Amino acid sequence: MRFLVMVKANKEWDGELPTAAMGAFNEALIRDGVMLAAEGLQPSSKGARISYANAHPVVTDGPFAESKELIAGFWIIQARSKEELIERFSRCPFERGETIEIRQIFEAEDFAEIDEATVNRLARARDVREAAEAPNAKP
Amino acid sequence: MSSEPVRAIEAVWGIESPRLIAALTRVVRDVGLAEEFAQDAFVSALSQWPGEGIPRNPGAWLMSVAKRRAIDYFRRAQTAEGKYRLLGHEVQTEESEDTIFAALDDDCIPDDLLRLMFVACHPVLSVEARVALTLRLLGGLSTTEIARAFLSSEPAIAQRIVRAKRSLAEARVPFEVPAAAQRAERLTSVLEVIYLIFNEGYSASSGDDIIRPGLMQEALRLGRVLAELAPQEGEVHGLVALMELQSSRARARIGPSGEHVLLLEQDRARWDQMCAR
Repeated sequence: MRFLVMVKANKEWDGELPTAAMGAFNEALIRDGVMLAAEGLQPSSKGARISYANAHPVVTDGPFAESKELIAGFWIIQARSKEELIERFSRCPFERGETIEIRQIFEAEDFAEIDEATVNRLARARDVREAAEAPNAKP
Repeated sequence: MSSEPVRAIEAVWGIESPRLIAALTRVVRDVGLAEEFAQDAFVSALSQWPGEGIPRNPGAWLMSVAKRRAIDYFRRAQTAEGKYRLLGHEVQTEESEDTIFAALDDDCIPDDLLRLMFVACHPVLSVEARVALTLRLLGGLSTTEIARAFLSSEPAIAQRIVRAKRSLAEARVPFEVPAAAQRAERLTSVLEVIYLIFNEGYSASSGDDIIRPGLMQEALRLGRVLAELAPQEGEVHGLVALMELQSSRARARIGPSGEHVLLLEQDRARWDQMCAR
């Protein structure tokens, strides 16, 4: 199974390099063959939010006001269990009030028990979409 | 004891055991003995950690317990025989014993893990034995988990692992990275084992779920570990890339009612773009 591990920081990272301890932590993840991705994110002033309350998406440029929930970076990690992931990340050398949030990623096998009605509904939806996208469809 | 701390301790075992066993094997020169000492340490952890909590550095804790067990073992052997052969070296004095085990105060060195891979995949073993031993020693999987993955019985797998360890001891397989002359052949054997594990997950021929993704992921993980340990070996990177590409298509290989879907009929939107890129 795979997990998305998000870092929520109360202060945005502004290009400072990871600490040596964080480097060692990441190296251990690579050495154990479990790190699939890891990235730090630029300040939210360079980002934007798009919300879809109505039919028309509303775009809000960064920076985002609420600073506690800002995602500063993420990992994608392969693990055999949530316990393994928690064990690995309890060694993560954060110490400035960061929070990490761990979320399991859906895998193919999670959909194994999907019933036939759902499969048909999804297939119909796809057919409709494809028909609409076909070149001879009316605008 | 509630099951939550036990599951956390099992997770620690999964993370730490390969390097623990690898470092112990370097010193005791026998995979079977090394695994026994490591497991003794794990049993101690199961009895102590639920009360005391998991230590800050669980790997070092397990290593120090395993090291004590190893020293006790060799002392008992010494008393029984008056004089004993330790680790293939003649050991006469307390001092040299301490010197030998002092090596365990260092963490597992990367070469230990690479050596362990070569030993577990040694050509003296049958292919089935190599696969089981690799999952056990380098994957940290239990006999039960291996048996379930290979749709075999637990006693059969346990037996296979015991025999494999005995064969390695009888053949006096050295704990080393093979020299240049044999390296290519031995590496092929390691790659074969990893690919077999992958394939077992990818194209499992029996059982309800056609894909057993746990095995595919474990093979990918072992491949990535090996690529880190032996980055100069192009074939290792080739194998990892091949496995990534194949697993990217895994989702599209199975249709809604569990049937196989051939490559040309696959819905490419279901390929995992992260693996395929």
